[in-house]
Amino acid sequence: MKRFLTSTCALALMFCAGAAQAQLKATITGVPEIPFTAVPNFLKVPAGEILGESVAVATNSKDHVFVYHRSSPTSKLWEFDQNGNFVREIGKGYYGFEFSHSVRVDKNDNIWTVDEGTNMITKFSPEGKVLMVIGRRPPAVNGAVATRTGPNLPDQKYLFCRPTDVAWDPQGNIFISDGYCNNRVVKYTPDGRFITKVGSEKPGKALGEFNLPHGMQVDKNGNVWVADRSNFRYQVLDNNLKPIKEITNLGVGWAACASGGDHQYMFLSNSNPNGNVPGSWDITGEIYKVELDGTVVGKFGKPGKLAPGLQVMHMMDCRDPNRPVLGEIESWRVQRFILQPTPAKQASAR
Amino acid sequence: MKRILTLLLAGAAFAGVPAIAQTNAPEIPYDADANFLKTPDNVYLGEVGGVAQNSKGDIYVYTRTGHPFVSLGGSRQFMHGGSQLYQFDRNGRFVREVAKDVYGFVFANQVRIDPQDNVWVVDQATNMVMKFDPQGRQVMLLGRKAESINIPTRAAAEGGGGEGGGANAGPPGAGRNQDVFSRPTDVAWDAQGNIFVADGQGNARVAKFDKDGKFIKSWGHKGSGQGEFDQVRSIAVDAQGNVYVADGNNHRIQVFDNNGTFKSQIANLGNPQAICITPGANQSLYVSNSNPPGDIDTAGEIYKMKLDGTMIGKFGKAGRLPKEFGTVNAIDCRNDNNLLVGEIINLRVQKVTLHPAG
Repeated sequence: MKRFLTSTCALALMFCAGAAQAQLKATITGVPEIPFTAVPNFLKVPAGEILGESVAVATNSKDHVFVYHRSSPTSKLWEFDQNGNFVREIGKGYYGFEFSHSVRVDKNDNIWTVDEGTNMITKFSPEGKVLMVIGRRPPAVNGAVATRTGPNLPDQKYLFCRPTDVAWDPQGNIFISDGYCNNRVVKYTPDGRFITKVGSEKPGKALGEFNLPHGMQVDKNGNVWVADRSNFRYQVLDNNLKPIKEITNLGVGWAACASGGDHQYMFLSNSNPNGNVPGSWDITGEIYKVELDGTVVGKFGKPGKLAPGLQVMHMMDCRDPNRPVLGEIESWRVQRFILQPTPAKQASAR
Repeated sequence: MKRILTLLLAGAAFAGVPAIAQTNAPEIPYDADANFLKTPDNVYLGEVGGVAQNSKGDIYVYTRTGHPFVSLGGSRQFMHGGSQLYQFDRNGRFVREVAKDVYGFVFANQVRIDPQDNVWVVDQATNMVMKFDPQGRQVMLLGRKAESINIPTRAAAEGGGGEGGGANAGPPGAGRNQDVFSRPTDVAWDAQGNIFVADGQGNARVAKFDKDGKFIKSWGHKGSGQGEFDQVRSIAVDAQGNVYVADGNNHRIQVFDNNGTFKSQIANLGNPQAICITPGANQSLYVSNSNPPGDIDTAGEIYKMKLDGTMIGKFGKAGRLPKEFGTVNAIDCRNDNNLLVGEIINLRVQKVTLHPAG
């Protein structure tokens, strides 16, 4: 199956670069199902308002939920409290908001947005003030620019091309996955100065190369987990972005989430593809719970238009590994699942 | 040696890195307040084109707030929005939005306040220079916004090129002998009220008008010789009526008399993008060697000098932290040593206080 997909991609590179319909059944077997329930009516959206594509979700230390969703006239960042009640909109009309892709909250409760329309990564204070910007929106003075075709332009230290995600190591260094028209991960100091990168504007299959790095997290050891979506894998990099290994048996690499808690897990999603592709609901849509050494301890989730189904799960928050928050593209919805805890891995079993 | 230098400079220009500027200037100690301007919730500054203070201390910020739009469903496509003019009081408190939804605001490049406290706004996309009175009423316009835009258009080549509406049969960048601009950047006045427009990043000239807006003359075209320009980024006039033009890609300020006759130049300034001359009898000149928007590891410092180019000192460097600068596009120096500095990539205005020795 994988081989078939790969050769198809080689024949139709343009199509697969979009990757909108790429699907792959995971080859791993024997993974136990994690029982779960979904919190009914989790987010209480104000009367008259409707979430758009809810591609980005995150929680802060108070369990407030941030949703950076694709709305009109631009993407919007909404804050909800721990009970799902609407608190406020942050960044209304802000220059860096056009087409959302990720929101993450750092250890100091600063809110970081990744916008693949403006190519800007913005750090907001907990109060919603802009503290730092990395990347720059193409200047509007250039007018309506024709859609670019042909090879990607060379990547640059401080500018992005449809970036996808942001993460930090325990020292506060900043990592940015970039993206749909670059194919790289970049590391910056906490002050936003370039340190190093891996990958380039060119897509590639080797370790240290990417084809749509779509989601990214840094674990407590400082290793960088990259959902290498159109390569149908995850790559794990060390803190200096040297590749350590790849994970190829979990289907498509859509999203990664590093949990909080004393025992850190990684959640990796084989999301079903956009477009309700025939047969896709039968072989995709599950999310894996993984130890940092790569051992898969369980899975949960099924595709579906109706809750608790997931219609293209795009990003999840797992600050509490047993109460993840999940954002979907095509169902304009954010859900909270209550997972049955998995037994802690016993050291003696290794 | 000269040849080597030329090659080095050519290489630097190709890489988009400003030439090495005034490395021997003494450092001026300074403080900076990056939170001086207090915006209400849900009012966000975008890229700051201009910042200026009037005689009462009111502060105007002309900023690219984003989201310009092109209408669909017509026989042509029309462009609106994208920049806003905000007013703050002397303590940095938000007062109001001025000229909301005005037709000429798309891509903010500069705001300046004249001696009568009129507010002049320069927009690089609508090719207009707009004068508002202190109450915010429109009193005079130079240039005209294009009625519609072409789709698809090609991006204007970075570093000049597109002559836009200002082209004629003359040398590239010379523009027309009228108020048709191509990506204008700045405006200044002499003591008689004559108006000087920096025009700009499409054209490569300075246009002079009388106080009523009647065209007098223009000078310059694209090039690197005396009286020629490559990216006119900023302009200022001293008390004697001499005109100082920031000639960005030529790494210099050119000084002209009031009629556009070349007098002198101040060279080796990296990328002079914002200049300001202090008021009063003993005037100083501030100039920013602004870093490119895509790189914070080069340049970024601001120089203070005498009008003859004698260096007084420098301060700052490129970066994202408070007290660092991210592509400075505007300096207000109404109060010497107490500056307002507007930045492109950091989306902010900093209040900068210099502590010169002695």
